[in-house]
Amino acid sequence: MRQVVGAALRICYRDCGPIRRRALTSEPTLARIAADGGLRLKASGAWIADHADALEALIVAAPASVALDVAGVERLDTFGAYAIARLKGQAELTGVSERQRGLLEAVARLPHAAPAGVKPRNRLADALESLGRALSAAGADAVDFAAMLGRVSLAFLHALRHPQAFRLRSIVHHLDRVGVQAVPIMAMMTFLVGAIIAQQGFFHFRKFGAEDYVVDLVAVLILREIGVLLVTIMAAGRSGSAYTAEIGSMKMREEIDALSTMGFDPAEFLILPRVLALVVAVPALTFIGAVSALAGGGVVAWLYAGMSPPIYIERLSEAVSMTSFEVGMIKAPFMALVVGIVAAVEGLKVEGSTESLGARTTSSVVKSIFLAIVLDGVFAIFFAAVGM
Amino acid sequence: MTPLDESAIRIETLTVGFGAKIVIDDLSLDVRRNEILGLIGASGGGKSVLLRAVLGLLPARAGRIEILGHVRGPGSAREIGRRCGALFQQGALFSSLTVLENLEFPMREYLGGSDAFRREVAIAKLEMVGLSAEDARKFPAELSGGMVKRAALARALALDPEVLLLDEPTSGLDPIAAGDFDDLIRTLRRTLGLTVFMVTHDLDSLNSLCDRVAALYGGKIVAIGPLAEVRGVDHPWIRAYFRGARGRAALA
Repeated sequence: MRQVVGAALRICYRDCGPIRRRALTSEPTLARIAADGGLRLKASGAWIADHADALEALIVAAPASVALDVAGVERLDTFGAYAIARLKGQAELTGVSERQRGLLEAVARLPHAAPAGVKPRNRLADALESLGRALSAAGADAVDFAAMLGRVSLAFLHALRHPQAFRLRSIVHHLDRVGVQAVPIMAMMTFLVGAIIAQQGFFHFRKFGAEDYVVDLVAVLILREIGVLLVTIMAAGRSGSAYTAEIGSMKMREEIDALSTMGFDPAEFLILPRVLALVVAVPALTFIGAVSALAGGGVVAWLYAGMSPPIYIERLSEAVSMTSFEVGMIKAPFMALVVGIVAAVEGLKVEGSTESLGARTTSSVVKSIFLAIVLDGVFAIFFAAVGM
Repeated sequence: MTPLDESAIRIETLTVGFGAKIVIDDLSLDVRRNEILGLIGASGGGKSVLLRAVLGLLPARAGRIEILGHVRGPGSAREIGRRCGALFQQGALFSSLTVLENLEFPMREYLGGSDAFRREVAIAKLEMVGLSAEDARKFPAELSGGMVKRAALARALALDPEVLLLDEPTSGLDPIAAGDFDDLIRTLRRTLGLTVFMVTHDLDSLNSLCDRVAALYGGKIVAIGPLAEVRGVDHPWIRAYFRGARGRAALA
């Protein structure tokens, strides 16, 4: 029987600990005694954190008094001591035991600053303020981007004159991570996109009897635009975010400060190798991606439209000009530069909190994809102007 | 309430290790109720491992740990968490919360009362450890090293625990702040009946604050007792610890 009760109590202990403990310690009470000269209060029971509700109710309900007797307080902690300090006001404190004196005095000595209230806010003003802040932040971002581009360029020029400043091991290490290890996912993704474009092309062009031109559609779209954009977006999500998180956590743990105090330039040691690795990897991945997407288109042409591979390749060589290929490949290193520089800027903006690390990593990915698409538009205007 | 037991923390034949390495070797130790026990030991000698095992952060290979009558285990985590505060060496404040929110978080989860009342008490606790209401609004990243320690102590005290586990509480504090810290612990111990188990190398704290000192060497407690007794124990490491120039100067 005892055991059963014990087990039940243990369960209760786990699920509703405070309730059981409350039952075993007496509730705090405050008796009011009218005496000559004014009201006297007499506190008793356990004035502890477990009875926070009761303590607060006592404070709120208590009238002003001339004296507060705490001789009946069985247990006291800082919660209770704070409640007594609040109740006391101008009253005289009596019945303080030797044991409780220290804590009561320590709490009474505190300045008891009131928590700051929340100022009422104007919604329109808030909206305008956040719009203004966003705009000025965008301006600051442009400056940061230019500054980082300058820093990395300087480090690059320095490295050209002092070849040992190229951290070859580091570049190769990053090239492996952002290039070689990315090949399978990039190839698979572009293969699927090439297949989807071809399928849509055949489905719609069939109505006009223009199936032959699907190959032109796939080839031009992939080589000029889609291939490099897909690879850039994947590089931003896969490698840019990793760069930001790495640089950001090194910033948080003062590793970058340590590097600087040793007289080393973080741009040369940390950022240049990463950016260079990306500038080499993205064009290579773009090439692999383009081949893979054309293969995807070819598989669909064969299985879905009955165009045999030799005919597909024949049509490809007619449709593809060197220009389309060049347009895509010229853009690739610039896209890589955008991703790498944005990742470095955002990484160095990380502050002490883990939250800022997450926020910066997100904004690194979002900003680099956005900038890459803007850059793609600028290139479209440029190539149209030069007739490519 | 748990039946009044002589010891607040009871460690029995505890063994903790990583892979083939045994760090804590068949160690038994009792921390009595209402006492302040200081743990000393060489760097890398397992002090932090012992403390982390007591906190339930490292699994025991063998043996058991009992805190306020609750055996360390999955079922007792909340009860022990409510009644046992911990101060980590680096503070371990939640970096995405302000100092005040760091205190309010455990109070909101465990205690009653309104938000406003808990906030007032939280500010009072921050003032107790020597921080201002101004500091309460700051994020941990904006605090100096000493302020982080104080804020972390305030958080350890947020629930008015019965047992306090401290990992090098006064390291990184200036002597005045360290002295204030010792005074505060002494006051709380007297009034709340607090039990304190602290890892420390601060010889002043060991001297003026700790009732007993335990020396950990090679995964075992090689000496335990009042400081004067432990100092006299004939063990090569203890001799080197207390009779080095710094030890002599601090205890002179």
